[in-house]
Amino acid sequence: MKKPTVGIFKFTSDAGCQLQILNLEKELLELLKLIDIAYFPMASRNYGKGPFDIGFVEGAVTSTEEIIKIKEIREQCRILVALGSCACYGGIASIKNHKPQRELEERVYTDLTAVHSTKAYGIDQYVKVDAYVKGCPIDKNEFVEVVKSTLMEIKPNLRPHSVCVECKLREYPCIFLTEGKVCMGPVTSAGCGALCPSKHRACEGCRGPASDPNTSSLARTMMEYGLTPEEVRLKFIKYAGETQAFKEGAGVR
Amino acid sequence: MNEKKIKVDYMARVEGEAALDITVSNGEIVDLKLNVFEPARFFESFLIGRKFDEVPEIAARICGICPVSHILTSIQAIEDALEIVPSGETMRLRKLLALSQWIQSHTLHTYMLALPDYFGYQSVLDMIPEHRELVEQALRLKRLGNDLTVAIGGREVHPVTPVVGGFTHVPPRDVIKDLIKRFKEARKDAQNMVEIAAQIELPDFTRDFEYVALTSPPQEYPIISGFIASNKGLKFKKNEYRKNIHEVHVSHSNALHSFVKGRSSFMVGPLARVNLNYDLLAGEARRAAERNGLKFPSMNPFYSIPARAVEVVHSIETCIDLLEDLKLKAEQIPAVPKDGTGFGIGEAPRGLLYHSYKINKKGEIVEADIVSPTAHNAFNIENDLKEFVPKFISLPKEEIQLKCEMLVRAYDPCFSCSAHFLKINIRER
Repeated sequence: MKKPTVGIFKFTSDAGCQLQILNLEKELLELLKLIDIAYFPMASRNYGKGPFDIGFVEGAVTSTEEIIKIKEIREQCRILVALGSCACYGGIASIKNHKPQRELEERVYTDLTAVHSTKAYGIDQYVKVDAYVKGCPIDKNEFVEVVKSTLMEIKPNLRPHSVCVECKLREYPCIFLTEGKVCMGPVTSAGCGALCPSKHRACEGCRGPASDPNTSSLARTMMEYGLTPEEVRLKFIKYAGETQAFKEGAGVR
Repeated sequence: MNEKKIKVDYMARVEGEAALDITVSNGEIVDLKLNVFEPARFFESFLIGRKFDEVPEIAARICGICPVSHILTSIQAIEDALEIVPSGETMRLRKLLALSQWIQSHTLHTYMLALPDYFGYQSVLDMIPEHRELVEQALRLKRLGNDLTVAIGGREVHPVTPVVGGFTHVPPRDVIKDLIKRFKEARKDAQNMVEIAAQIELPDFTRDFEYVALTSPPQEYPIISGFIASNKGLKFKKNEYRKNIHEVHVSHSNALHSFVKGRSSFMVGPLARVNLNYDLLAGEARRAAERNGLKFPSMNPFYSIPARAVEVVHSIETCIDLLEDLKLKAEQIPAVPKDGTGFGIGEAPRGLLYHSYKINKKGEIVEADIVSPTAHNAFNIENDLKEFVPKFISLPKEEIQLKCEMLVRAYDPCFSCSAHFLKINIRER
C-alpha cells in the first residue's frame, strides 16, 4: 500500500506547533514508516506537489495572500486539519482584531503602504476543516492520535469536555477555589492534562472553548473574585476571542 | 547586457517565511533583497493595555522555537521596571531553562536544518536510511534539551512555570538526579557533534563585520545578563540599547533593519558569543574546539555552525554544575505595580534579544519595544550576501541558489520573530 502523503503548511504563527511535530523525537522515526511527509518547508527543501492525503495547517489567516493560499490548500488536501489555536480560532494573533488596524500598524511600521494585514481568523473562516487539534502549542500526543485515526479511517478521540474535568480526574486541588486564582479551566477545552493548574498556574484558555461552556456564568464569577469587566474581557479575547462562546464571556458587564 | 536573476521564493529549513531576490548584471550585483514575507504580527501593539504579569505568556508566542528567551527577557524587563531582584535560586533555574533551549535549538539547527546541505540531502528525513545513527544521536540530544525545559518549565514549547518574581513550581529531586545522570551520559554525543561540525567543509568566506554579544561582567559565559559589547569597541548597559542600536523600516521586508549607530550592520548569535567570550567557555568546550582544530575568533559567518556545537558542549557542562547546585525551592517575590520603564537583555539561541516595557501605576503596559536576534541579523545577512555572491557568480543558478541558502541558514534565522517591530525615528545627534 502506498503511504499517505502529508503536507505541513505555515500561516501567521510562531512555528511552535510545527516544532511540536519535530519534538516527537521518540515517535518521529516510527511515524515516518507510516506516512510520507511530502511538503514541510521548515524541515525540507523538497517542495512536494499535492494532492495530499492529509494537510496540517499551522497559523492564523491574516492577509489576502493567505486567504487565497488557504483556499488552494483546501483543494489539494483530502483531509484538512487545523493545527493549534491560531489555525483553529485565530489564536494570539486575533488579539489585534480588537484594536483599530491603523493604530496597530503605526506603532510598528513607518511605511504603511508596505503593510497589508487583514483581521486574524482561524482557517475555518474561509474553508471547511475536518479536524481541530487545539492548544497553544498543540499537544504532541493529540497530533499522533489524529494521524493514527486518519490512517485507520476512524474519528480521532479528541476530548470535548473542559480542563476542569482533567484537573479533577488527576486530583489536583482547585487553585480557583482554594487560592482565588482566576482560572479559565471551567470553559476551556481539555487535552492538555490540566498542565497549568498542575504547575500552580491558572488556565488561560489557550485551547479555546470546551463543548457547551457557560462562559457568561464564569465571567460573572470572575467579577465576584474582584476582576473588572475589562480584565474579564481581556481574558476571553486572548486565544479564541473570535469564537461565539468566548465572545459571550467577553461581553458580560 | 548579461542579466541574471536568482530567486529563492520560499526558503526551506529556516523558521518562518522569507525569500531572496538577487539581480546580477555583467557579473555585478545590482540588487539584492532578503524579503521577510512572514506576515506582520504586531506584538508590540497588542501588548499595550495588557497587565504586566501577562506579558511573558504573550511574548512567548512571538517564537515557538525560542519561547524561553522571550519569556525570560520580558520577565527581566518587567522586574527591572518594578524593581524586583530575583533570588539566586530563581537565577539558577532561569539559566538552566535558557541553556536547555540552546541545546534543543542548536541541535535542531545543526542536524536537521544545516547538515543536510553538507551531506547532500534535501532534508534530515532523507538522511535517515544512510545516517540513522547520526539522526538518532541528534534526536537524543534534542530530547535532552527538551526534557530539561519540561522538568523546569512544564512544557517544551511555551513553558508555564516562569513568572515575574520567580517560579510557580520546581521539579522533585529525583527528576533532577535523573537529569544529571543523563547530562553526564550526553557528553559523548556533544563531543561527536563538535567533531562533525569541524569535519564538514564550510565555504571559505570571510568578511570584516562587527559582531555583538553579551559579555562580562559578570565573569561568566553570557546567558541572561551582562554588558552588550562588540569587536569594534561597543560596550554599554541594557538601558543604553536605544542610544547605540537603531532600526529602519525597509519596504521590501516585514523585518526592520538594525544597525550600530553611525556604523553598519552587525552579527549576533553563537559565533558572536564564542568570538567575544571564548575564554569564558567551560574548559571541556575549549578543549573540544582545540582538539578539532577550531579557531576563534572567526570572521567566516559559516563558522556559526561549529560555534553552535561548541556551545552545546559548554551548555551541558554548565547545566551539570547548575543542576547540582539547585536547592529546589519555588520562590516567587510578589510584584507590586508601579510606574516605570524596564529593560531586558538575553542571549537567545540565535543571539541578542532585547525587550523593554513602560508600565503605568495600574500595572498596564503603555509601551513595548522588542528586537529579536533575526531582526538584528537581517541587514548583516544582506551585506554578507553582497560580498559572497560575486565569488561564484559564474556557477549555474541552482548552485548559486543553494550557496545563498546555506549562508542564510548559517545564521539559523527565525523570520516569524523578526516580522514585528516598534517604529523608530532615526535622529542624528
